Amino acid sequence: MGSELLIKNGRVIDPANGIDKKCNVLITDGKIAEVGEVKKDVQRVIDAEGKLVTPGLIDIHVHFREPGDEEEETIASGSMAAVAAGFTSVVCMPNTNPVIENETDIEYIHRKARQARKTHVYTMGAITKGLQGVELAEMGFMAEAGAVGFTDDGRGVQDPAVMRRALKYAAMFNVFIAQHCQDDAIAGKGVMNSGYYSTILGLPGLDPLAEQAMLWRDIQLIKKTNVRYHAQHISTAGSVELIRQAKNESLPITCEVAPHHLLLTDECCAEYDTNYKVNPPLRSERDVEALRQAVADGLVDALATDHAPHLQSEKELEFLTAPFGIASLECALALYVKALIEPGILDWPGLIRLMAEKPAKIIGVDKGTLSKGKQADVTIIDPKAEYKIDVNTFHSKSRNCPYHGWTVKGKAEKTIVGGEIRFEA
Amino acid sequence: MALKRKSKEFKWHNKHLLGLRELSAEEITYILDTAKGFEQISTRSVKKAPPLRGKVVVNLFFEDSTRTRISFSLAANRLSADIIEFTKKDSSVSKGETLLDTAKNLEAMGIDIVVIRHSAGGAPRFLSRNINACVVNAGDGFNEHPTQGLLDVYTIRKIRGTLEGLKIAIVGDVAHSRVARSDMWAMTKLGAEVIFVGPPTLMPAEVGRLPVKVSYNLDEVIEKVDVVNMLRIQFERLGGNPFPSIREYSHYFGLTVERMNKAKSDILVMHPGPINRGLEIESEVADGKNSVILEQVTNGLAVRMAVLFLVNQAAAESR
Repeated sequence: MGSELLIKNGRVIDPANGIDKKCNVLITDGKIAEVGEVKKDVQRVIDAEGKLVTPGLIDIHVHFREPGDEEEETIASGSMAAVAAGFTSVVCMPNTNPVIENETDIEYIHRKARQARKTHVYTMGAITKGLQGVELAEMGFMAEAGAVGFTDDGRGVQDPAVMRRALKYAAMFNVFIAQHCQDDAIAGKGVMNSGYYSTILGLPGLDPLAEQAMLWRDIQLIKKTNVRYHAQHISTAGSVELIRQAKNESLPITCEVAPHHLLLTDECCAEYDTNYKVNPPLRSERDVEALRQAVADGLVDALATDHAPHLQSEKELEFLTAPFGIASLECALALYVKALIEPGILDWPGLIRLMAEKPAKIIGVDKGTLSKGKQADVTIIDPKAEYKIDVNTFHSKSRNCPYHGWTVKGKAEKTIVGGEIRFEA
Repeated sequence: MALKRKSKEFKWHNKHLLGLRELSAEEITYILDTAKGFEQISTRSVKKAPPLRGKVVVNLFFEDSTRTRISFSLAANRLSADIIEFTKKDSSVSKGETLLDTAKNLEAMGIDIVVIRHSAGGAPRFLSRNINACVVNAGDGFNEHPTQGLLDVYTIRKIRGTLEGLKIAIVGDVAHSRVARSDMWAMTKLGAEVIFVGPPTLMPAEVGRLPVKVSYNLDEVIEKVDVVNMLRIQFERLGGNPFPSIREYSHYFGLTVERMNKAKSDILVMHPGPINRGLEIESEVADGKNSVILEQVTNGLAVRMAVLFLVNQAAAESR
């Protein structure tokens, strides 16, 4: 007889199966055995009265900095942060040092993740060697080693011919190509959104056009190729319109939005606080509204943090020289609640769809549901838990989080990965 | 914005001068009035007063500067402070100590006022949050150059009595100019109308949301204005080539004798220096009867004395 775990009396939300009701979830041998009444005596029982029981949350955009910048984050520390935040799967970006660009690199990430034994850790591989945007990296070998997709995240693939080649070539494999949409020629040396605030702060601006120009270009390219394309962390109203048109044309395109682009504007940079320095930058009120509307309209396929940890000493610099990035993995759920549930843009099933079901589809893994027989990745959420975000309680190694001190609602209470309780509040 | 003339009851309480954007018309006027009192020190045979005796001022200059640095040094000297010069052209963090560490080290040696010039906008504000000494911004990136803005309005006020109702053109590379920003804040707060003039490629983003008018036509503007402030083309900050050639730029935006003939006879011609003669301004104009460029430099000294005096006083009171 295998191990059994019963989660009782919770509000079970499983959008893929159209379930949103108070019932029980039985886990047997690390798999979902039954969702419903479950008339069985089980020794290990979790009482989830008043809690939400959902498919394990998935964050398809994190930077765990390993290999190379282990002082900022490691796969172990990042994995711990992930489960503490309710994430049972994450996807690491390949812009580490060295870059993740061959099968050995992919295996290294997987090994570190197994050792950490917290969340599932997937990784993407680089599109081009060294993220240089010139020669294709070995996508085939990487895909066979388990890379779920490819991106040069941190920068966009500048050369349209290289991007076209990448899209054509990748069609051989069941992978997706993701892009950090930024035309460097337009972006220049910008460090914050180009607009009124960059003007009065005397900081070089990043024009929204830098994002839109590349997204527009890529949309033209995917019309001629047959591979799934994913626009990472879109941040502008213009990008929303491009996505809308592309989806109207039924192109194989998905996109993600980061919490900071749903909550913060470039006005936050007014005191030169480098915790607000992020790329793509915080945009205008109008862009935030457009992104929230895009979520409401079903144009956004995934919510992804772009968790980008940095040391305090790196961030304690002039705004111009500090690195880009916000560490938000650990408070992500509550941030989405604030941005999307509290204003009535999404209900809980809608949120879980964008945090589990659809992200799993983008990365092509058999997760994101509570279907019978699936690996039991389950998150138990206390939707009423109110708390103050305190960076000093983070499991992440970094503290570059502008939400410190915010009062928020919604917290993972237990995180179950493959049937094992990996985190308990 | 209404200018309230209540300088006498007004009390200065800022231990930093980071920018003019956050100052009220009253605060700006208070600095100008204080500067007026210091002006005569420079004309006495003993050019020294004691208010900063025993205080240490450090000139922390991460960018080239001649007049501003010397002006601050002289201002500190005249107020009897000790002055330390620190110049470091390359402020890149990858090549050594961070700005914060540098400043903390200086502070550990007991400095009272940091006068900082830095290529990064916001560097003085960042410093002011992290050290106890007074911080005076001597120019940060293309954010602000508050003492230049103050000396500009001081110069205008001295000649014209007031800025209220004056039309002032600021011409050239507005996008990369900290002087344009500080001038804009100070001039508009004191009741002047400011017109930014230059090619669209040298206008900052969303310039329409600033309290100024914008024109691409200097010939039209020059006829209407009471003051014209010619900005230096900052070759070191320009990316790409925002205008096709110097020749073409000068043709459209240079202050030539020909253009001056269309201007009001009592127009004031200003320039924050250093001048690129023959580029943004013809020598005959720079040295002509309407030019107040050297008065600006002279007045800068009094303004900087006032600023050092006031921040030190505010720090003493907060202690």
